[in-house]
Amino acid sequence: MSTLTKQTLSHLDWLEAEAIHIMREVAGQCANPVLLFSGGKDSICMLRVAEKAFRPGRFPFPLMHIDTGHNYREVVDFRDKRAAELGERLIVRSVEDSMARGTVVLKHPGESRNKHQSVTLLEAIEEFGFDCCIGGARRDEEKARAKERIMSFRDEFGQWDPKNQRPELWNLYNARSHKGENIRAFPISNWTEMDVWQYIEREGLELPAIYFAHTRPVVIRQGAIVPVNVPLVSGELTNLPKAGEEIVELQVRFRTVGDISCTAPVESDADTIEKIVLETATTTITERGATRLDDQTSEASMEQRKKEGYF
Amino acid sequence: MSAHQVEDHGLLRFLTCGSVDDGKSTLIGRLLFDTKTILADTLSAIERTSQKRGMGAVDLSLLTDGLQAEREQGITIDVAYRYFSTGTRKYIIADAPGHEQYTRNMVTAASTANLAIILIDARKGVLTQTRRHSYLAHLMNIPHLLVAVNKMDLVDYDQAVFEQIKADYLAFAGQLGIKEVRFIPISALAGDMIVDRGEALSWYDGPTLLEILESAPAAHTEQAEDFRFPVQYVCRPQDSANPELHDYRGFMGRVESGEIAVGEAVTVLPSGFSSKVKAIELGGEKLVRAIHEQSVTLLLEDEIDISRGDMIVKSAEAREPVKQAYAMVCWLSETPLSPARTYLIRHTTREVKAKVATIAYRLDINTLEEQPTAALAMNDIARLSLKLAQPISPDPYASNRATGAFIVIDESTNNTVGAGMIL
Ligand SMILES: Nc1nc2c(ncn2[C@@H]2O[C@H](COP(=O)(O)OP(=O)(O)O)[C@@H](O)[C@H]2O)c(=O)[nH]1
Repeated sequence: MSTLTKQTLSHLDWLEAEAIHIMREVAGQCANPVLLFSGGKDSICMLRVAEKAFRPGRFPFPLMHIDTGHNYREVVDFRDKRAAELGERLIVRSVEDSMARGTVVLKHPGESRNKHQSVTLLEAIEEFGFDCCIGGARRDEEKARAKERIMSFRDEFGQWDPKNQRPELWNLYNARSHKGENIRAFPISNWTEMDVWQYIEREGLELPAIYFAHTRPVVIRQGAIVPVNVPLVSGELTNLPKAGEEIVELQVRFRTVGDISCTAPVESDADTIEKIVLETATTTITERGATRLDDQTSEASMEQRKKEGYF
Repeated sequence: MSAHQVEDHGLLRFLTCGSVDDGKSTLIGRLLFDTKTILADTLSAIERTSQKRGMGAVDLSLLTDGLQAEREQGITIDVAYRYFSTGTRKYIIADAPGHEQYTRNMVTAASTANLAIILIDARKGVLTQTRRHSYLAHLMNIPHLLVAVNKMDLVDYDQAVFEQIKADYLAFAGQLGIKEVRFIPISALAGDMIVDRGEALSWYDGPTLLEILESAPAAHTEQAEDFRFPVQYVCRPQDSANPELHDYRGFMGRVESGEIAVGEAVTVLPSGFSSKVKAIELGGEKLVRAIHEQSVTLLLEDEIDISRGDMIVKSAEAREPVKQAYAMVCWLSETPLSPARTYLIRHTTREVKAKVATIAYRLDINTLEEQPTAALAMNDIARLSLKLAQPISPDPYASNRATGAFIVIDESTNNTVGAGMIL
């Protein structure tokens, strides 16, 4: 084998080029796609990729957020601000509306709404007739994602059947679907957490403040750092401490953001992207292991939820 | 550790192939472990599982364990992708285990790989499966082959065993037309010659497996290639607020091979119209040229009609569009190929209807014997000729993987049912 002579792309350029290619395939093959934008770091990268893919034109899809009503207000503010800056249309559908319709029934008022997002997502897909949802999932996040396709097929019930996925060869993606069926497209499948942070650093992307080290009240519950007394958009506090729990002020940051009830921060003093990149390079705990309270119950819980239509 | 301080050798995609129990999972686990990709919580999870299953040592192969159903059945049936990075280079491993569905999985994994590691159990030597894997790697035109003779610890790290396997392999590789192949003795279990050299293989003075990966060219070829730019999407902003954009027509796509610079003469296939490159853009910013694998937007001097499915090439490198194609096809679907049916072919971004004209033969990939057949079942590989309803502009797969490849789609289910390589 010869040495490296021919000019090739850096790994970030390659990942970006691949993600652009995938988004353009969605635009070229699907009649009515939508990009899921939560205000989190992965979807922030996707918006950057979409700008590179489609400017000076408009995005050939609207943005959509499935809001559990339990999102950090810094993230919700950021979501709205970013969509406005881009001048793109943002659709918000909320789990609380599904609850009002009676299609989502919580087992008890404190139950995490995270898994119920799938219901609201399916309702929104039907309402708008979306044939493809572009999402920011990555294969390195979790074992069950390692075999996920770039274009993942979902049946009429939004279900993902690991046995009924299309072979995916070369970069010839098959995003065809019949009416009622749906494709989930994952342009940053091949990115790792490290790639995401490096890309944010390189592109100088802005992030919601809670990704950076800050001090907040938390309790330590079964070894995990659980934020408490978190203000919602309405100002109301959620995640109240349980009786007898001791509240401490800790310096923390979030590696991933989502529903307040199931995302935990890590202790950190990384208050710049450079420091976060460094910390990511030396961390000893996986992103989900450290920060997703909902995934620890069962090794196979993610796979189970995907089958039920979870993103 | 920051991106701009270290050299970036880009990204290398490779796959591992071997028969069941040759040590694929252990090798991948070892690579992830020794490059410190595996974090403490994952490690403790597999420690727990190893103990639950009554195993003494931590079983590194558990790291690549996949889905629930497969775990229950104790088999893996699909391609999984793993990631690790050395600081200078990022790696994507396609892990294609499986038994009956091996051909389909390996063809899928091989389609995006630039290097294949073929595992051989030192105790067993070259087997029928080794030939099969090597043939498929060759058929899929993976540019770099590495034969790793594993479990050297079980043959006392004996150099003679390694040399014999090497000689046996080279004897049949020549018959297949494989020109370039490298060999390395390893023990995935003990970690010898993977990332660290270990003590036991001191007679081997070549590079470690990771060193070979680090120095393998990331580009799929070192040769100059023709410029190929399939159009994915046409951007027409028609922004009334911005008169400059009124006539903007950007042809969006990825440079599948070769490169292009502003001012060069181009031809659009299949129409044959010619023009010149007026500008190259990425995200609205101007570039002077674009290279292989870069996603860009091309603007042309002349207003010509171009849409998704067309391909922009350099005028000096244009090809005749064809309405008939000869190809090797691997059938991927449980529903057999029926020569009576019309299928859809996706070649680059172009979709055309197609029918099978003849099946020249089916290839027995164990013996490489050519057999007559009237239909194709899953995992069959055959030589076909196809009649197309509209023209396509392919290159031979052997000289250009991106423009020589196509997939076959069954329109009734929208499933991808075949993978084709133009001869
Ligand atoms: N002694 C020895 N055993 C090995 C080596 N590599 C793998 N094995 C063992 O061989 C068995 C099969 O390995 P595995 O990685 O699961 O094979 P796969 O089916 O190809 O993925 C396991 O019991 C491994 O521990 C090696 O280098 N030396």
